This record gives sequence, C-alpha cells and structure tokens, in this order.
Amino acid sequence: MTLALALGACDQAKDDTSTGTFAPAGPGAPAQRDVALVPGGGDLVTAPDRRALPYLDNAAAVTEGMQLYNQMNCVGCHFNGGGGIGPPLMDTSWTYGGRLDQIYDTIYFGRANGMPAWGGKLTDDQIWKIASYVRSMSLPETIAANGNGTPSQHPAPVPREADAFDGWHVPKEAGS
Amino acid sequence: MKTKTILLATFAAVAVAALPVVAAQTGMFPQRAGAKPPLPKPVPAGDVFTREQIGHALAPPTPGAGRTVAPAAAAPQDDGQWTMPAKNYAATRYTSLNEITPANAKNLQEVFSFSLGVNKGQEAAPIVVDNTMYVVSAFPNHVYALDLTKEGAPLKWSYNPKPVPAAAGVACCDVVNRGGAYADGKFVFNTLDGATIALDAKTGKEVWRTQLGDINKGESVTMAPLIAGGKVLVGNSGGEFGVHGWLTALDLGSGKIAWRAYHTGPDDQALIGKDFHPFYAMDRGKDLGVKSWPAGAWQIGGGTMWGWIAYDPATQTIFYGTANPGPWNQLQRPGDNKWTAGLFARDVNTGQAKWFYQMNPHDEHDYDGINEQLLLDMPFGGKMREVLLHPDRNGYVYVVDRETGQVLSADPYGPVNSSKGVNLKTGRLIVNPAKETHLGQVVHDICPTASGAKDWNPSSFSPRTGLVYIPHENLCMDWMNLEVNYISGTPYVGAEVKMKPGPGGHRGELTAWDPVLRKPAWTIREDLPVWSGTVSTGGDLVFYGTMDGWFKAVDARTGKLVWKQKLESGIIGQPISYKGPDSHQYVAVLSGVGGWSGAIVSGPLDPRDGSSALGFVNTMTDLPNRTTAGGTLHVFALPH
Repeated sequence: MTLALALGACDQAKDDTSTGTFAPAGPGAPAQRDVALVPGGGDLVTAPDRRALPYLDNAAAVTEGMQLYNQMNCVGCHFNGGGGIGPPLMDTSWTYGGRLDQIYDTIYFGRANGMPAWGGKLTDDQIWKIASYVRSMSLPETIAANGNGTPSQHPAPVPREADAFDGWHVPKEAGS
Repeated sequence: MKTKTILLATFAAVAVAALPVVAAQTGMFPQRAGAKPPLPKPVPAGDVFTREQIGHALAPPTPGAGRTVAPAAAAPQDDGQWTMPAKNYAATRYTSLNEITPANAKNLQEVFSFSLGVNKGQEAAPIVVDNTMYVVSAFPNHVYALDLTKEGAPLKWSYNPKPVPAAAGVACCDVVNRGGAYADGKFVFNTLDGATIALDAKTGKEVWRTQLGDINKGESVTMAPLIAGGKVLVGNSGGEFGVHGWLTALDLGSGKIAWRAYHTGPDDQALIGKDFHPFYAMDRGKDLGVKSWPAGAWQIGGGTMWGWIAYDPATQTIFYGTANPGPWNQLQRPGDNKWTAGLFARDVNTGQAKWFYQMNPHDEHDYDGINEQLLLDMPFGGKMREVLLHPDRNGYVYVVDRETGQVLSADPYGPVNSSKGVNLKTGRLIVNPAKETHLGQVVHDICPTASGAKDWNPSSFSPRTGLVYIPHENLCMDWMNLEVNYISGTPYVGAEVKMKPGPGGHRGELTAWDPVLRKPAWTIREDLPVWSGTVSTGGDLVFYGTMDGWFKAVDARTGKLVWKQKLESGIIGQPISYKGPDSHQYVAVLSGVGGWSGAIVSGPLDPRDGSSALGFVNTMTDLPNRTTAGGTLHVFALPH
C-alpha cells in the first residue's frame, strides 16, 4: 500500500508538471512549484468535479451501479466490498481518494497496480453509477442493510455530505 | 445542505479539512478495525462420508510384498543440497540428514534470519547449492543469494526483475511465488507478470529472460519451474480469468521455447498424437479438448498449470495435473471440459502426451488438479508397482500406475460429500447430485471446499516410515452460481462462495498417510488451515508451519510434537533441510502469511464480507487478530 501511494504521488507530480501548475518564476529565479502529494486528483485545492452532483442523493444510480459492478466483473476482484485481488471498498481507506469524482477517475483511467481502465469502454454515465455504488458500500446505511451475510446488496444513495470525505486525514496546516 | 454550500462557495481545502472531523463525530465512516465477525459453524460430521464408505482399491493391501521407496533414478542419493523445491524429481521432499532427531529437536535454535522486504504471502522453498542459499520473494519477485560459508549468511547478490506492477491485478489469490530451481550454473525462476528468467548463480547476472505470459489476457505465473531433461518447464496461472491454460518447455541453455502444450483445444495444440494412450474410455477420442466444450468455450476455459511436476528420468516422462475449467459457474460450460482437472504424462523432449486421466470431469467445485505427484515404487496386489501418488483437491489421494495411467486406489483423506467415490472400472468420479451447483441458489455444506481437501502446499515422503505427510485443510463451503461475462483481463468466475470449517471445527490437518494400507497412521488437528508444505528427514522428523506463525517439528512415526518456535508472521512456505558448509544439518523456512487462505491479512481484506477472496475470508475472520503480514527467511540448527 505504501508502494502504491508512493507511485501515485510520483504520477501526480508528473501530471502537475505537464499541466503547467508552476509558481511564477522570473528569468534566472530558482524554480518554485507546488506538487500534490495526495494521489488521484486529491489535491487539496482541487474542487470536486461538478459532474458528480447528479449521482449524489440518487437511489437509482447506486442500484444501476450495482448491476454494472457485477456485469463488468468488478465483483470478481473487489467482491461485495471486502476485496480480494483489488482492495476492500466497504472500509474507509481510499488509496486514490474516496470522493465520487476520485473514484470515477480510478475507474475511468485505471491504476498502475492492476486496476483496468474503463474509460471509452463504458459510458461516462455508467462509470459515475459504478462510482456511486462503490462509494455507497462503506456508508453506514448500506452496511446496516447487510442481509444474509453478504454486504452491499442494498446500497443506500450517496449523500452530498459524504462526497466531501476523500479518505485522508488532512494536515492541520492545510486547512487552518 | 450546509455541506454543499461550503463545497461550492469556498476553497475545497477548507471543506476537506473540516469534514472528516464531523464524520468521525457522527460515526458516518465506520472503520474496519474492531470488526470481528464470528466464525461460521462447522459442517456436522454426519454430513460427510466415511473413508470406508467411499474409498476404493482394485485389490486389498499387500504390505508384505515389499517396502515403499522412491525410484532411485528420480530420487538419487542425498548430497545434502536442495536444488529444486521438491528436493528431487520424485518429489519426496525427504533428506537423509539425521543429526536432528525427536530426542534433541528441543534444542533447535535460530541461526540467522533475513527479511525479504516484501510483506505478502511467501510460498517459496529456499534453494541450497554450493553453500549458497537462493530465495525468491513474493511479487515483485526479488531474488537473494546468501553466502552460507560466512557468519550470518551475508548477501552475495540480489536481483530485481522489475515485473509490471499491473500484474498484481490478475493474480487471483495474493501475489505469491513458489520459488526457483538450480541447474547447470543457473538459478531459474518466474515472475508474476509471466517471464521466466535464468540468472548466473554465481553472479546474479541475467543469462536469459523469456516472456511467456500476457497479463492483458489474465495470465500470470506463480509456480516454481521444474528443470528436467535440459528443459525448463513453466505453466501459466489465471484459471479465474478465462485464460487458455498451457505448460511450456524452454531450452535451459538459451531460454528459447521448445514446445508448448495447451490444456484445452484441438489435439495439435494439446500435443496429443499417436503416442497418446489414456487408460479409460472417457479420455479417448479426437479433439476432445474442443468437443467436450460448448462452441468456442475452450478458448477461455482455463486448464492452467501452476503447481507441481514430477519427472521420471528412466522413461523421460513428466507427470503433472491441470487446473480447473473456467468459469467456476459450471452451467456456462456443459461437457467434460477436457483436458482440465486431470493428470498428464508427457515426453519431456517433445511434450507429446502419453496418457491423461481426468479426476474431475466437468468440475463443479474448483477442484484444480495441480497438486503434487510423488513417484513411488510400492507393494500393491501382491507385487511391487511403479506408481504416482496424488492427493487431489477433490479430497481423494490417488495411487496411479505411472506407465498406464490406471487408478489403483482412490481414498478420501479429508471431508468429502461432493462425490461418492471413484468408479475404478470407468475411472470416473461419482458425483453426488445433492452437492451439484445451481444458478442463483445457494447449495450448502459442500465438502471439500473450493481450495480443496488440500491446495498447492506439498506433501513429503519418508522411505524410513513409508508414510506420506500430507498438509491439508478441513474446510467445506456454500456455493451459488452467477452469470458471468467474459471480459479479457478481468475475473471470469461466476460464483459466490463462502467457506466454513469441516466436521470437528478445526480447519487444518497434518495427515501421515499410509499409501499401502490406504489409511492414516496418525493425524494432527490444527485450528487453522495448514497452508505450508512439509519436509521429512532421516532423523524421523516432519517440519511444517501454521498460519499463525508456529514452526513445528513432530515425530515422523507418532506425530508427537517435539519442538515449536513462534515466528514473526504466519507460515505458508515450503520448509527444507540441508547440510551446511560445517556438515551440520539445518532447517529453513519462509514466514509471511498470505496466499489464498491468508489474503485477509496480506490484502488486507475486510472480514465483514465473507465472499471476499473467493469466499476464503468467511472462515478466516480471526486470522488478523492472530498474526500480521511479514516476509522473512528463518534458518535453524542444533547448537554446535
């Protein structure tokens, strides 16, 4: 997991370089730039993607997301949230971020340690629905609805306030 | 709504910083820590068959007809080294070294240890050649060479093969590696992303590297290669990913592919030709690897090979088993699904098949046939017979004539109710209809479980006792089939499984099996599944490890525990024993829990989802409270 985070951080640093988020530097001045140490688009100054909004507080989205999750074999790696080949999804650890748009990114682009890229293979709408089901798995309402010992079969819609939680503890300096 | 306002109206940094605190206060994001689902109830003893009910043999035992031994050509006189994981081609995992005995084993102490730097399941056997020990770690498959002639066994060289990180995404059951092998100055091993690599054993420099598998098709490699007849034999993993299973032979000198035999498909791909003479009618016919499948299904039908190969130099024949058909949902692949879940005998030079015997035609329970074959010459029917002994996932220990592929006996060594024995006239497993699997309907208490009465972890044989020391499981399962789509590079399983303890509630056993009398001489019950191999010694000891980290020595004749040592992580590796440069006897093993059974710890996985790790999590929810992930080589000896 440490390795995954480290790799992610490097990737992010490269991305930032390519998109030109440099601090202004005059000729001859030492280059200064900010890098995002939080992987998966989890930069503290990045606002959540507004495309996520229709999938929040949306009961149909998580239900359809569950069907897609099974049809696309997500279940084969992550099972019903407990994980196996891929990491657990029903807990609160998010390697690449737990906001809906971060989960969308993980599904769309894939991740280096074995997560396939689904962008272009599924529609954006389908990916957002899978992301909302994945986010729902760790909601207390979903976990409380655990029936017959198999979790995540009755997914609760993802509330808007849940989307502010990205799965990391933010350093105090960053927010104060 | 307040939250929304913050998110949209101010810097997200403020919102992100503030909200986890709110979340913690309201209990909105429950943590995994502290979740301890209880273990499932064991299957009642009355729900499985007794050995007497379902064990069969062509003739009653005739122990007076001779002593059971490994054939000398396949198990030559011991030189104190350990050049291949199974010790020798007969796969006895027996050393004649006898310095350590039941009387003095209590004095064993650790001589040195070495961290592998990887905290995933460590299933490899250390290899010892010319006073150097070679170890392969779990993915990313580091190789270490340690100098046994110097104090503390310092590192001579290490090698990082740099496998593709994405390979971890097509490894069904943790990112394990079962070790390397030595021959002709080369140390040869496989990487998870499907490469076979030969290193100069003295320097660690790469001699050749051949890419065999393609992770984009779901292929990986976890097995240890066998080097025999100048060939390096390697099979693919990926039976849970709809791969086309194969065994490939590489030239030891050049790394070039000599032949490849597929385990489904037309005869020319399966290397089935005029030399093919299966014993039973069910395994005869043209292109059965196509005809015993729905149209085209053989192309994604599994039949991988990720376990053990034995070799008889006298006949230049290799013996190995093929893995499960895919998907697990049997309803999507009517037919016998040749050549999956069966044993092949092949010419090592050409790969041409000599015989095949299918233990599990149309497997419904993930009973791979990849477990070890021990080559033995033993008394049967009043005379000595040349046999192989194969404890299968399906719960039977098969004794098979090496020349013909005829089954001489098949007896259960663990809990069985998925079948009612083996018909020795037809060779066919007698499937129990009550435990066949259905779509969308849970079938309860199927024994053995998907990982079998035993999985890959190999047995050993002592010619001094005539016993085979089988490390195994006592697990059953609930199973429900689900429709599954084939999407390349993703799992192709189609079943929801939940494992549970077998009768008695203990989850593992070490059985000292008497192949002649067809019954256990003794059995040790272990609370956890036994997922380590065994090694037996000329001092009449058997060594094995437990998943909570006890490394144990027991008396080979009685099973009495004579020594145990707690290691830093659970043990699922293959213990070995060798003669050091000082001529003393040493015992080595890797600790580092994981693998399919220990994925709950090495993952780590969430114990609240019993279907995780193909259902193994359901019966391992206590493991995270008993051990943690690790990865360390440990070496023991008597004080001297």
